[in-house]
Amino acid sequence: MKELVVISGKGGTGKTSLVAAFAALAKDKVLADADVDAADLHLILDPHVEESHGFESGRTAVIVPERCTQCGLCRDLCRFDAISETFEVDPIDCEGCGVCVYFCPEKAVDFPLNRCGDWFVSDTRFGPLVHARLGIAEENSGKLVTLVRQEAKKIAEEKNLGLILTDGPPGVGCPVIAAIGGAAGLLIVTEPTVSGRHDMMRVTQLAAHFGVPAMVCVNKFDLNVEQAEGIEAFARENGIKVLDRVPFDPVFTRSMVVGQTILEYDERSEAVESVRSIWNQCSEVLGL
Amino acid sequence: MIISVASGKGGTGKTTIATNLALSLDDPLVFLDCDVEEPNAHLFLQADLGRPEIATTPVPLVDENKCTLCGKCGEICQFKAIIVIGETVLPFEELCHSCGGCMEVCPEDAISEKPRELGVIEEGRQNGIRFIHGRLRIGEAMAPPLIKKVRAKAPVDGLTIIDAPPGTSCPVIAAMKGADFILLVTEPTPFGLHDLKLAVGAVRVLGIPCGLVINRSDLGDRKVYEYAQEEGIPILMEIPFERKIAEAYSRGVPVVEAFPEWKERFVRLYQDIQDAAVGKGVPA
Repeated sequence: MKELVVISGKGGTGKTSLVAAFAALAKDKVLADADVDAADLHLILDPHVEESHGFESGRTAVIVPERCTQCGLCRDLCRFDAISETFEVDPIDCEGCGVCVYFCPEKAVDFPLNRCGDWFVSDTRFGPLVHARLGIAEENSGKLVTLVRQEAKKIAEEKNLGLILTDGPPGVGCPVIAAIGGAAGLLIVTEPTVSGRHDMMRVTQLAAHFGVPAMVCVNKFDLNVEQAEGIEAFARENGIKVLDRVPFDPVFTRSMVVGQTILEYDERSEAVESVRSIWNQCSEVLGL
Repeated sequence: MIISVASGKGGTGKTTIATNLALSLDDPLVFLDCDVEEPNAHLFLQADLGRPEIATTPVPLVDENKCTLCGKCGEICQFKAIIVIGETVLPFEELCHSCGGCMEVCPEDAISEKPRELGVIEEGRQNGIRFIHGRLRIGEAMAPPLIKKVRAKAPVDGLTIIDAPPGTSCPVIAAMKGADFILLVTEPTPFGLHDLKLAVGAVRVLGIPCGLVINRSDLGDRKVYEYAQEEGIPILMEIPFERKIAEAYSRGVPVVEAFPEWKERFVRLYQDIQDAAVGKGVPA
């Protein structure tokens, strides 16, 4: 079983639209939405939720006023300035380190588990999907990303499916690190802008750092052909396989508005042709 | 006044709005790029960046001569960042949240702290703008502590514009908390709407007044407009998709530089933000 993770460095490059199109093209796969901060794949795949689970991670300190003598030790020890003058813990600032809990002489600090979000196993018209919803202002998205990928892997093993197709998060931090380890291949979707180029370079460093083989494709390449060529040249120089380009095509937005993949919306569009070619190139690299 | 520009979804034009707003104002201001995973504002502001300052976070350093392997450090650590294995104490520095608990709890005073690199902070100037950004070290997972360090560089008074990271989890909260106004940038598509709702949820948790900029306003549908009306969120600006704007952006040219007629619109946006914020009791 192999996992292809689609990431972008920069947000808004069209990663999720591309993953949805791949979902329509790939056979025998499990889909995973690992962009748990802004999970959007379900908006196109219209999943039928079959299993729903809470996701608990980390703890938050709560000072119980009846037991608190306001000695101030917790405030002195808290490095996150999470405890107010009136001895209330700000749950947003609390890092869940438990130092106040441990040292409170009155045992006045409770330390309940956080429910950070939910994760789901669903059925879609393109096969099983594992997805999640991180609670607002919650942390540990890296752990939720790891969980989504593990569950997708379990399903792939149970159902003997050869591919996991994962929609990854943007950036280069905690969620992306959790999304790429152990993948068979990474597809970096970028756009021909100075920002797209800048972030693509950072994410290729990350791929190299974790030793995951990467491929690059430039979406909306015709908005700046020169920039697209520059990105592709950089990729080649760094041993990254360059795939076909995708033109700027409003078909992506139009299909998204009606909740379809571009293949379902307009099979003959120019964008579909290039996406098909990119998928074939990916399959070849992964040996599918 | 602190204005934080956020978006939920990436790629909606947050950096474009934040940088063009900054370039349109004549008042001196501080611009913080808190999107430390993918800082891009410097590409548009073309600030001359000075020498990078290494940003660090403290992690435990164990003196093996003093350590009796009692294991208390491992018991208090909620992040499994320090454990006793056999005859050694092993800190996992990248998992450490720098709470200082292990050092505090150690009965032998065997733990001190040493700095671990999170990334760098760079500072520069362009016209009247004092520019500061953080750049997360590749392979580094902890964005929020670096964001907090970037924010600590800004003075308390005057105008600060913050370019926030995408999403709604801890890095965004670190870039929005304590702001006087959140300018949310979205696009009128199902993805844009979905992520906007999450971002508004985060803004509501923090209790900060907000307004909306709708980018590529002519691509997509009307649902974002309906949502804004239902929620009582003012739409402060709309930018239609124009290929020439997209092309200028792709070259790193700010909109107000390529099309100076836009400057006036950004000045008006700033006035509207001030009105909206002051209307809600925020000092100008």
